[in-house]
This record gives sequence, C-alpha cells and structure tokens, in this order.
Amino acid sequence: MRAPVLAAAGLALAALAAAPALAQEQPSIPTQSWSFDGPFGTFDRAAAQRGFQVYEEVCSRCHSMNLLHYRDLEGIGYDGAQIAAIAANHQVTDGPNDQGQMYQRPGRPSDAFVAPFPNEQAARVALNGALPPDLSLIIKARADSSLTKDIGGGADYVDALLQGFKEPPAGMTMAANMNYNEYFPGNQIAMPQPLHGDDVQYGDGTKATLPQEAHDVATFLAWASEPMMEERKRTGAKVLIFLLAMAGVLYAAKRQIWADVH
Amino acid sequence: MTGPGNQSQSKLVRWIDHRLPIFTFMQHELHDYPTPRNLSYWWNFGSLAGIMLVIMIVTGIFLAMQYTPYSPLAFDSVERIMRDVNYGWLMRYIHMNGASFFFMVVYIHIFRGLYYGSYKEPRELLWMLGVVILLLMMATAFMGYVLPWGQMSFWGATVITNLFSAIPVVGHAIVAWLWGGFAVANPTLNRFYSLHYLLPFVIVGVVVLHLVALHQHGSNNPLGIDRKGPQDSIPFHPYYTIKDMFGLSVLLIVYALFVFYMPNALGDTQNYVQANPLQTPPEIVPEWYFLPFYAILRSVPDILFIPAKLAGVLCLFGAIGVLFVLPWLDTSRVRSARFRPVYKWVFWLLVADVVALGICGAHRPEGWYITTGRIATLYYFIHFIVLLPVIGWLERPLPLPTSISAAVTRKGGAALAGAAPSMEKH
Repeated sequence: MRAPVLAAAGLALAALAAAPALAQEQPSIPTQSWSFDGPFGTFDRAAAQRGFQVYEEVCSRCHSMNLLHYRDLEGIGYDGAQIAAIAANHQVTDGPNDQGQMYQRPGRPSDAFVAPFPNEQAARVALNGALPPDLSLIIKARADSSLTKDIGGGADYVDALLQGFKEPPAGMTMAANMNYNEYFPGNQIAMPQPLHGDDVQYGDGTKATLPQEAHDVATFLAWASEPMMEERKRTGAKVLIFLLAMAGVLYAAKRQIWADVH
Repeated sequence: MTGPGNQSQSKLVRWIDHRLPIFTFMQHELHDYPTPRNLSYWWNFGSLAGIMLVIMIVTGIFLAMQYTPYSPLAFDSVERIMRDVNYGWLMRYIHMNGASFFFMVVYIHIFRGLYYGSYKEPRELLWMLGVVILLLMMATAFMGYVLPWGQMSFWGATVITNLFSAIPVVGHAIVAWLWGGFAVANPTLNRFYSLHYLLPFVIVGVVVLHLVALHQHGSNNPLGIDRKGPQDSIPFHPYYTIKDMFGLSVLLIVYALFVFYMPNALGDTQNYVQANPLQTPPEIVPEWYFLPFYAILRSVPDILFIPAKLAGVLCLFGAIGVLFVLPWLDTSRVRSARFRPVYKWVFWLLVADVVALGICGAHRPEGWYITTGRIATLYYFIHFIVLLPVIGWLERPLPLPTSISAAVTRKGGAALAGAAPSMEKH
C-alpha cells in the first residue's frame, strides 16, 4: 500500500510544480544566486542600498512604490539621520492647514514614498498612454511558483528583464512606442530600456555596470516586496527547533504509553 | 481530572457537575471514550482537521481586526498587515497556508474514509455531515480568497459567481443578486467578508454534529469490523490523546516549513497585483485544492440539449453530490478495503484519477489536457455510480478476522499475520 501512496504523492507534487507558464517561446529566465536565497539568506545591505540609489535616480521617475515608507529603509541599513535626509529630499503634499489650504513640505521618515505622478491619468498622458506598475510588490507578483525559490524567482525575472532589451528580430512588427525585450511576456514592452550601465555613480566605489545595476535593483525590490523575510526565516528556525524537540518528546511519550497495548 | 466529575475530590467540581454535568461529559467523551485499539496514523487526520479549523478561526479573528473590507483599500490593508502590524505577516501566512493544509488534511481524512469504508452502516449520517463540512469549507475558502482583492481574487470571484448564470431563465438574475450589482465590486467584497466570518462558525456547529454522530458508534478501524467487547477497545485518553499530539507535531513541522520558508509557494503570484476589472490575467486558475473540481467544470462538453457550461456546473456539484449518496452506492457489506481484493485497486485508481484531474485543472484546456480531463471526469462518476455497486455484488471478500484484538495483538496476531500488514504496527 505504501508504494501507491508515494506514487500518488509524487503525481500530486508534479501537478503543483507544473505551474501555468505566463507565455510561450521565451528564453528561460537565468537563475541567479541571491543573498536572500535559502533558509538563512539575508538581504545584502550594500546591494540593496545601491539598488535603492538606482531606484531613486532612475526608476522613481516613472514608478511609484506606494506601500513603502521612508522609515522602512532602516531595514536595509540606513540610520535615522540618513533616512531623515532621504525623506527631506522629497516634497510631500500635506494639509489642509488652518487656512484650509493644501501645502508642500519636505518629507519625513513617516511619509510614504512620494509617487512620480499624482494619478493614473497623469502617468498615462506623460508616458504615451502606458502605466508603469507600482514596484512595491513586483518581485512577489512576478515570482514563479517553484516550491523552494521563495522570492528569488521574481528577482531572477526583474534582473533578466532589465538586461533583456534587444533589437527586435527581423520580420517582427512592433506596435507604436513599444520596445523589444526577450524576457517580457509577448516581447513588446512599453518601457524603454531604463538602464544602460553607468546610470548612477555608486558611493561605495562599485562599478555601475548594467548587470551590477540590475542585480542591485532586483535585490532592493526583493527586500521591498518582503521586508519581513529575515525575521520570518529567523523565527522559522526557532519554531522548527522547538517543534522537532516537541515531536521527539511526544514520540517517546507515545511509545511509553502504548508499550502495554501491543 | 482523574475521576468522573461527580466523584471528584473537589467540592466545587462536584457542585458544578451536579447542576451542569460538564465534567461527567468530558470524562465520558474525551477520557473513557472507548476507541478501537488498532487505529493507524491515518486516523489522526480527523483531529488534525479540527485543530486546523481552530487555527484558521483564531488567526482569522486577528486578521479581521486589521483588515478593511472596502474595495479601494482591501489590497493595501492586507499589505499593511504584512508590513506594519506586529506579527501580522505571521498571522497572514499562517492563515493563507492554513487553507491549503486544512484541505490537505481533510482530503486525506476523506480518502481514509473511502479506503476503510467508514461511510457504511451505521455511520452514513456521520459521513454525510462530513460532506456538508466539505461544502462549507469550499464556500468559506472561496470567499476568503476574494478578500485580499488581488487579480486572482477578483477574477476567480468573477468566474465562480458566473457559474450560476448557467441556470436557465433565472441565472443572470441570481448572479446579479449574488454580486449586489452588475459586476464583482465592493458590495460583493462586503458580503463575502461577512460570510467568510460567519461560515467557519457554521462549520463548528456541523463539526459538533459530526462528533456526536461519531461518538454514537465510535470510530471505524483499519479492519472495518465492529468491536466485540472491551478487549477490542482502549480508552481515548491517554492512548489517542498522545498519538494525536504526536501527529499534530509532525503536521506542524511541515506546516511551519511552508509558513516560514516558502509561504507563497502554494499561492498565485497574480494575487500580489491589485484587482483590476479592466485587465484579465493571462490565466485564471483556482488554488490547488479546487483544481480537480475546476477540471471537471471545464471538461464537460455540450450534452444533448444541455449547453457545456450548465453541464459543467451540474457535474461540478454532482461530484460532491455523489458523495452524499455514497453509503447507498457501495453495495459491499465489508468495510475495509484490506479484505476487498478488487475494491482496493479501484480505490487507488480513484486517487490517481483525482490527481490527474488536478493536473488537468492546472493547465489550459488544450489538446491532451482536454482528452485526459474528459476521461478522468467520466471515470470519476463511473467509479461511484457503476463500479462501486457492481464490485459490491461480484467481489468475493477475504475472510474477516474474528475480532480486533485477535488480529492485532501479539497473541492473536500470529494466526492472522497475512491479514494485518505492516501499516498496523504502531
């Protein structure tokens, strides 16, 4: 009876693993190793801070990150003064004041990331009708459904996409204002190639090549989509150690109690 | 509590028990409750299902304290729970993965009942109450999945509520009534939230009935024969309390692996994109535990004058409905598949069939998957409506052991070694 059980379980797992593919005829997305992979993975703070710099200087011209607050940046190693300075670089609409007027003020750590456009229509009219997606959850929204990759799958995708801009193959007709990207489902993406290498000057001396920038942005976005990941894995280790010990004790107790029944 | 409430050392306990026999009740139903001595680990899944229900209700209540059932805010409120509420991520991941584990446990519990004939006389109502619980669970899970208001929440809700439009004449009126409007929108979200909070407590009520029915005749057992006397039983406590506790600790280990290390592996990535009524996702796929039913729904073609959609909906509900009448479809008087040489194989074919349906449900209904889905759907119904009655008539069951204790204790076991394979070893 055990063999069929295993066979059925194997079949069921195969069914789970065979997730619906987003699109056909695309090169498979290269799998990378990430600092946050695995049960003890953590976010590489330096890479995440570099990625945040790329976001601030490049991505944030079009993409919002509405779910993040400046205070959250503590999670990738910025201290209070740095966060206050980053927040103060942005103008936040606040109000109404006691005159009934809305007004602009410098951002505070408690503010949400300031969005580049006040609303969807403003974004579309400025960008040929395209709407850049909010990036807060983009890694989790793009992760493949493999059982063990956690958020790494989405980081692989974003990293590949940022480097996937190419000339369209001969014979392919592109729609107006569309760009060819070999990893984007359907290959036509409204976003023009955002990163080319040397788009930013890294403070830590790291050379800002395109692969480096893509890797850093993907690390930053992975943190942004799952900022509690490190706490989650740490808690998990404690919980599992406790559960394994408890299971051992209970098994011994069960053997003891049942000894007289057999 | 070591003695019956009315003989307790404590005066207070005796005083209460005389007026409200709660201690006597617990003594009878949780402590002395005579249980077959040969239950295997497959019998753990009933109590595990009960514990999963409690875990879901407790985490759900905490989530409800922070969640906002208003369509423009629902998605962000869930993310707020994940990011800003203390241990909110933990509550949500336990709840989210808990749905999968609840179904996994209940499906194993159901298949255990199928293998060992636990639905047969005198446990027909026990079984039917279980099917009611399954139906309620499906409704609750479906409505809960809508609450985060992601793309798959929205489009899943659209597809499933639209099933009712297949009903002739009044279908579209019923769908508008379910939606509270002319599309899935805020009124739909509000009522689903209300019902998602209500139905688990209805499940608790039916679980109580399920337990009352269970305790009337006690558990079935791997041999499927009735207990003949006290030598066949052991008290529930401490034997099965400790065994259930150990089983629980094993389940929690697997559950924790998902919650802490792959919390999104069983979910759909599209549900991390906020619902957008103007953009259909490339694939609309339900959670894994609905995939076999989804495959049945999509497999059915036009049948005579019945359009495919209506036929699919009828088969979908029929797939559960057939379980209601299962006690009368299976004509064999022998409960356990262990003594049914033909049914034993047919049972595993059904397991494979349901797995195949699940695989078909996960893929676009194209080519090979259509054919397989149709054959698997047909076979599902043939199993219950044709094979079970016929096998019951034609099959020659193996000789049953004279008693549970004769079959499973060392003294009696030698003579019947062949009839009690290794699964029974505790």
